[in-house]
Amino acid sequence: MSIEFILNAQHITLQQDVPAGRLTLDWLRDHQRLTGTKEGCKEGDCGACSVMVGDEVDGKVIYQPVTSCLMPVGELHGRHLITIEGLNLPAQDLNPVQQAMVDRGGSQCGYCTPGFIVSMCWYLMQGEDEAPTQRGFEQATSGNLCRCTGYGSIWRASQDLATAFGPGGEFHELWSAPDRIHALIEHGLLPGYLGQIGARLQAIPALPASTRQSADFVIAGGTDLYVQRGEEIPGAQEVEVLNRRPDMSYINVSGSQVAVGGLTTFETFARDPQIQAMIPSIMHDMELIASLPIRNRATIAGNLINASPIGDMTALMLALGSRVVFQDLSGGNTRRTLALDELYLGYKQLAKKPDELVAELQFDAIQDDEVVSFEKVSKRRCLDIATVNSAARLRVDSDGKILEARLAVGGVAAIPLFLKQTSAWLVGETISAATLHGMIKRASQEISPISDVRGSARYKSLLARQLLLAHFEKCFPELTDLSRVLGPQFAAEVTP
Amino acid sequence: MKRHYDAIHHVRGESIYVDDVAPPQGMLHAVVVGSPVAKAKILKLDVSAALSLDGVSHVLTHTDIPGDNQIGAILPDEELLAMEHVAYIGHPVAVVIARDFETARLAAKLVTIELETQRPIVDPREAFEAGELIVPARTFAMGDVEQGFASADVIVEGTCEIAGQEHLYLETQRARATPQEGDRLTVCTSSQSPYAVQKAVACILKLPLHKVEVDVRRLGGGFGGKEDQATAWACIAALGARISGKPVQIVLNRVDDLQMTGKRHPYSADFKLGLMRDGTLVSYDAKLYQNSGARADLSTAVLERSLFHATNSYRIPHVKVMAACCRTNLQPHTAFRGFGGPQAMFVIESAIAKAAEQLGMTREEIQRKNMLVDGDVFHYGQTIERAQGETCWEDAMQGFEFEGLKQEVRAFNARKGRLRKGISVMPVCFGISFTKKFLNQAGALLHVYGDGSVSLSTGGVEMGQGVNSKLRDIAAQALGIRSDRVFLEATNTTRVANMSPSAASATTDLNGNATLNAVEQLLERLLGMVAQKMGVHPERLSMQDDLVMMDGQPTDWSWPRVATEAYLNRVDLSAHGFYATPDLDFDLETEKGRPFAYHVWGTAITTVTVDCLRGTYTMDRVRLTHDLGRPINPLVDLGQIEGGLAQGIGWMTLEELAYNQDGRLLSSALSTYKAPDGDFLPEVDIRWIQSDNPTGPYGSKAVGEPPLMYGIGAWFALRDAIKGFDERCEVPFHSPMTPERVLLALCSVETSDVPSPEGN
Repeated sequence: MSIEFILNAQHITLQQDVPAGRLTLDWLRDHQRLTGTKEGCKEGDCGACSVMVGDEVDGKVIYQPVTSCLMPVGELHGRHLITIEGLNLPAQDLNPVQQAMVDRGGSQCGYCTPGFIVSMCWYLMQGEDEAPTQRGFEQATSGNLCRCTGYGSIWRASQDLATAFGPGGEFHELWSAPDRIHALIEHGLLPGYLGQIGARLQAIPALPASTRQSADFVIAGGTDLYVQRGEEIPGAQEVEVLNRRPDMSYINVSGSQVAVGGLTTFETFARDPQIQAMIPSIMHDMELIASLPIRNRATIAGNLINASPIGDMTALMLALGSRVVFQDLSGGNTRRTLALDELYLGYKQLAKKPDELVAELQFDAIQDDEVVSFEKVSKRRCLDIATVNSAARLRVDSDGKILEARLAVGGVAAIPLFLKQTSAWLVGETISAATLHGMIKRASQEISPISDVRGSARYKSLLARQLLLAHFEKCFPELTDLSRVLGPQFAAEVTP
Repeated sequence: MKRHYDAIHHVRGESIYVDDVAPPQGMLHAVVVGSPVAKAKILKLDVSAALSLDGVSHVLTHTDIPGDNQIGAILPDEELLAMEHVAYIGHPVAVVIARDFETARLAAKLVTIELETQRPIVDPREAFEAGELIVPARTFAMGDVEQGFASADVIVEGTCEIAGQEHLYLETQRARATPQEGDRLTVCTSSQSPYAVQKAVACILKLPLHKVEVDVRRLGGGFGGKEDQATAWACIAALGARISGKPVQIVLNRVDDLQMTGKRHPYSADFKLGLMRDGTLVSYDAKLYQNSGARADLSTAVLERSLFHATNSYRIPHVKVMAACCRTNLQPHTAFRGFGGPQAMFVIESAIAKAAEQLGMTREEIQRKNMLVDGDVFHYGQTIERAQGETCWEDAMQGFEFEGLKQEVRAFNARKGRLRKGISVMPVCFGISFTKKFLNQAGALLHVYGDGSVSLSTGGVEMGQGVNSKLRDIAAQALGIRSDRVFLEATNTTRVANMSPSAASATTDLNGNATLNAVEQLLERLLGMVAQKMGVHPERLSMQDDLVMMDGQPTDWSWPRVATEAYLNRVDLSAHGFYATPDLDFDLETEKGRPFAYHVWGTAITTVTVDCLRGTYTMDRVRLTHDLGRPINPLVDLGQIEGGLAQGIGWMTLEELAYNQDGRLLSSALSTYKAPDGDFLPEVDIRWIQSDNPTGPYGSKAVGEPPLMYGIGAWFALRDAIKGFDERCEVPFHSPMTPERVLLALCSVETSDVPSPEGN
């Protein structure tokens, strides 16, 4: 079974001598000698290897920026892969992003630069903002690290681009054109071959559905699997690449039930209007959870099954009261449903059979009188793994009485922790200093953090306490008087 | 328009780094086997299983080294491959050479080392107590500190624990060695110090230096981490090439790079500062315990700069600073932007912070009152000339309306609630020159071709700092031609011999002046020829805008015509320039002299906001005034200021090298070692002052390192915010100020009626 796709302008057919689990980054550099894509960390933390992958949808090609160090080539079938070389104009002309970066000194040693250019070009090609903004470029490059510039010059380049393509700017009509990529090509700002990709992708026949019954590795987003087992997967023969199964990526809200396909990525989840209506802070939360290229790959099921005690989506799903629907990899229709908080038995130990896949997540739709809150503290605000995270789902009446409560905390136990006793105790209490005292006291008996690279046990304990309080301070500010819980320094803000 | 000219290739992904060059047929790949423990005697090394793996060509150990197994740059204490003892986790013991990287990695795991493990030392003070010093401790002194303390109104004492820092060059260490005819070989490496690589390879392979060609196109970041620490990997590639007879490449993966290479030195320090009641500094006694790691590397030179910069920008009549290189079982720590200066400055700033609290003054009152001026003498004997400390300070205070900013912070904090702001001022005074006098020399080789295009080779290594852009501008300006006529060659030991490392912020100064010297020779020859043709006195001629000018008026002699005519008239179109910084001297007996050609000055104001519930913080803004001399390429200099500041802030806040008691680095991946991202860093406003500098090319000043130390202001701004939450908060002088340290400091004032989070 061969893999067919388009690399920049070139049609590629990979035979079986390239294992499906081989990393796109390595394949680009070693097989194609396309060396503009750089290896910086091989765990999705630096963005030096950023590329775009495009999928044809109704004649249009929808691109996503991803890190090629976490993407198996097996996932490329029927897609368009753009590297930095594919964004270059003929001769030595520079595209507008490249030109702005040169003009502003946004590149010093140059090693991270191709990754930045790819991310910024993606925003220029497909950013969804009404008009481009510097902030939009910043968000598009949220997964790109630069060690030389301190970013100032990159933001100035971004601002130049936002001005040029924004209202009143030289190229504003291109941004708002119905087919922006086409318009950019017409103005000579992108290479012409990009105009024919949609039609060329349509000509690639779909792969037959996998009939594999077992595999050495099952890869969904791969964002953690490759980090942990990156030296084994590329050489493995039996690799099941799941991410191309559209039947497993969906969000259905029917009545009071929300069903989320196991392969739904973080970004798909957060961008869903129904999810946004239920969890208004979700896009903001996502900034803390992962960079855009990682959100484009990481799946919710992967996060749950990875069973990291500090999985961010896991904490959220625990608080939401999710149920996991398992399906056998062998394809049989045997399905079973398990409450998520019953999945975790011990550190990375799951109540799950090896051949079971997470087909779906389900939770009760969040009603208007409920709030969902997510909190995370990591060393670096963005693009970092939590030291402690916490999520809460609360229903509180107008008198401040707690009708329902589900609290989860990560990073304070061997498993992602649902605070069962504390949550149960809160129900029926009215939000007050005494209640918050009681919550903290009970929570402290449920957690058991250890000291590790992310922080000392004492710090994690303190942080868990603070984040539980933060949910209330954020969601019910008028009912939450921190000065009566933590000390007078937190006296309510005095307006001068 | 002046630019960072390399960027044109960077943005297209066309710039070439070591492993981007198409591999020659049959090239082999090397992977290093490092020690799994921090201190041990090697009992037995078994490479047989690795050797028998399909695709493995060789497994090399120290017995395969034909020359001297020694790569120490300053002191001969570092074996390329460990012989009897290993001294840190990751210490190279063996090298697997295989047909591809994956096979080599697989085989490396099959090498077994039998070890007799010993208890490692990770703490510098413990090493000091045990007498584990790399060289005897040094003391710089001026006046009489005891007498000073006796006359002081107030004395404060304290301790600092200053963390190290990973360079985190985005391009990890790498090299490729290719055998040439005879026993000659070429090494392409990502090194700031091609000559150091050349010397070490020659030593390892027992070759004269001229048999080893070292070539460096560019680095994907260096920051000091490839000054001395690129050498080992280049040597390993060279050894592999020599033994296998084939090209050999080594590219460290990120985890190996983090585990095996040295970092900025952690320091532990004691300070004692005496002041008068009005804030006048009288006496300063400091003891600096440098955690040098397991081998000397550049530690002794780094320590020397700590001694030089112990008093930062301040006048203190009585000074005594003791500093010791303490040998521990961590990676050999090494150069990193600032080179010992930042750690020493953190100590004096801590002492001032503590004194300010005791005196009921602000830090900035003490800082300002004691700012160095012309005629003051540093504790190492150099008299200050062209001081810009006060100028920068006042420019920042006025230009950024410091008093208003401070009022805003206080008013914000008076509102209470969850957030507090903090503000700090950080002046910097940094000496420019290698403190080893002999390194202050450089060569430049200038070729003009018959069409007027120019090729320039120097000892400067382009690592993003823009030295090639500046040298191109210097050459073009001096030649009076368009800068795009000048092409900067890769740095190569066959074109420029005996080059100093690209370090100490001095690369443009040294190589730029050597370039000017080459241009001067060349122009004398070429204009002499034109003068002869025109029948005029050569002094009437000059080059400007691609034309020969006579008495300031254009002639019909274009630059290409000059070049062509020179060639046809058998005039030498090449010149070699040389430069040695004048008037440098330092006496190691008295520890006095004039080690620096000049100093760079500046002042930064940092504001931050702390979320006192979560212990998290934002870097709001840094406003700084920096002394640039007369900049050659302002865009490049601006990038150096912003980039240096960013690294300094990272060092002081987020970047935490977590080691356990076994000497194992726990934060050994980018998922655990966090450098600043775009979201984290503050807005930066920069004002620069122009000042005279007779030493720098066209009056420019070095810019690479000094801005890093503005980052120290971030630490003190966070401290200020924490104190703004509750002045009783205990904030030990420990770095980095991670969110953990912030929350622990904020909670240090909690009373017993606050619910304990730790259960009962």
